Amino acid sequence: MAECNVDELLAKAQQDEAEKLRSITVHKELDLEFDVGNLLAIDNNRIETRDFKGQNKEEFLRSLARDNTQLLINEIWKLPTERVEEVIVAKLPEPTTLLPREKRPPKAKPATKWEQFAKLKGIQKKKKTNLVWDENAKEWRRRWGYKRVKDDTKEWLIEVPENADPNEDQFAKRVTAKKERVAKNELNRLRNIARSQKGKVPGVGLTPTAQQSKDDLGRAVTVAKTSTASMGRFQDRLPKEKPAKNMGKKRKFEPLIGDFSNERQKQLELLKVLGNKTPKLDITKAVNKQMREEDREEAAAKYRKGAGKKGRKGNNMSGKGKGKGGKGKGVKGKGGKPGGGGGGGGGGKKRSKAGKH
Amino acid sequence: MRPLTEEETKTMFEKLSKYIGENIKLLVDRPDGTYCFRLHKDRVYYMSEKILKLATNISRDKLVSVGTCFGKFTKTSKFRLHITALDFLAPYAKFKVWVKPGTEQSFLYGNHVLKSGLGRITENTEQYQGVVVYSMADVPLGFGVAAKSTQECRRVDPMSIVVFHQADVGEFIRNEDTLT
Repeated sequence: MAECNVDELLAKAQQDEAEKLRSITVHKELDLEFDVGNLLAIDNNRIETRDFKGQNKEEFLRSLARDNTQLLINEIWKLPTERVEEVIVAKLPEPTTLLPREKRPPKAKPATKWEQFAKLKGIQKKKKTNLVWDENAKEWRRRWGYKRVKDDTKEWLIEVPENADPNEDQFAKRVTAKKERVAKNELNRLRNIARSQKGKVPGVGLTPTAQQSKDDLGRAVTVAKTSTASMGRFQDRLPKEKPAKNMGKKRKFEPLIGDFSNERQKQLELLKVLGNKTPKLDITKAVNKQMREEDREEAAAKYRKGAGKKGRKGNNMSGKGKGKGGKGKGVKGKGGKPGGGGGGGGGGKKRSKAGKH
Repeated sequence: MRPLTEEETKTMFEKLSKYIGENIKLLVDRPDGTYCFRLHKDRVYYMSEKILKLATNISRDKLVSVGTCFGKFTKTSKFRLHITALDFLAPYAKFKVWVKPGTEQSFLYGNHVLKSGLGRITENTEQYQGVVVYSMADVPLGFGVAAKSTQECRRVDPMSIVVFHQADVGEFIRNEDTLT
């Protein structure tokens, strides 16, 4: 009896084991595709339609689901496991299936002014360390930010430069300069944003800066004047204020084939005006006249030298000296060297050239 | 293409009057037809109205040149006279310079004219006056600026420059691709 029981027990144990194994192993014709990272199992096995018919639909689906899940869990058990707080955890690999994006990919932002410039010039970004050694404080300080190395507003001593007003507060000057720089930076940042979103950016001269130059103010005035309903046509002007030039981007030209005679008239008038502008007295003419007179004197002196001899020498010397001195005076305005240097030779040359012109 | 504005016309006429003086009105007001100046891509062209009307049928980017190019406006709105204007400067030139046969080639290569190469020069030429350069056979070679007045020319040494070169006929070969 006991033997029968033992045999029975053994058989039963074996059966149980087989069942257990059966419950773990699943036989499939085609292997499943697994994407364990996404906990995904894809079953490409054919499904017999007769399993769907009849009352066994639910049963069939349930068993199919159970089998596939079993296979998926088998895959998970193959992964490396670790024990975290008394729980066995398997480390999932990277998912292999590509999921579509939830939102559209972001558009490329338009480059800022600096980025455009850097690209144009080929300037690369240089990696800079965050901390710099400060000799004075003998410690590592930030390159920028709170308690940075070179903060000129935190100087305890500022030398007053020679050309500065002695009563000016140099410390306050530095602080205001810093504030202006910060404001300017902020403005540029906002401008970049506006440009990237194609927003309207106010032109230069309208946003207040510390020192506005004359044309900045002028531009601000014209913009303010034209920002009325009728584009500034009925705005009063100050007594001596000239009507504003066309400051917009559109330049107005005469039509290409306009009135030809009108065009001609205008040009002739312009020529007349230009003609009247030229001065009557010519400095060169006066200088030339002077030079001619001196040349004549020199020629006369040389002639006299040729006629007489030793007696005349004294006279000639004085004549020559006078001529040279005079020429020096006359040619001073033009650049004395060539005239003075070539004076004697020039006089001689003049005689030979007199016939030409 | 567009007509010149007042300022541009003024600059251009000032430049031209340096070379041809008051004869510009013979260019503006011609008995044999209406001629006009037009600006295209910073270059000034002189053409008859007939040509102008034909040129309006060509698009701006395809239009290379109309009539004769007188010169161009630089980026800083200065007017620069080109050699292509020589045909209109030569007959109306007020101050002329004739150059010896040996120096012709040197001038045509772009060098300045030295006193040794000077043949003749019109009387009463001021210094820095615009002059047209001719060969001894009265063929216009180009134009330039007188470096010395006629009086000074007479007494200066042979190696000094008397005419600064500005444009010469050799540029038609040298600067072929930039001339329009």
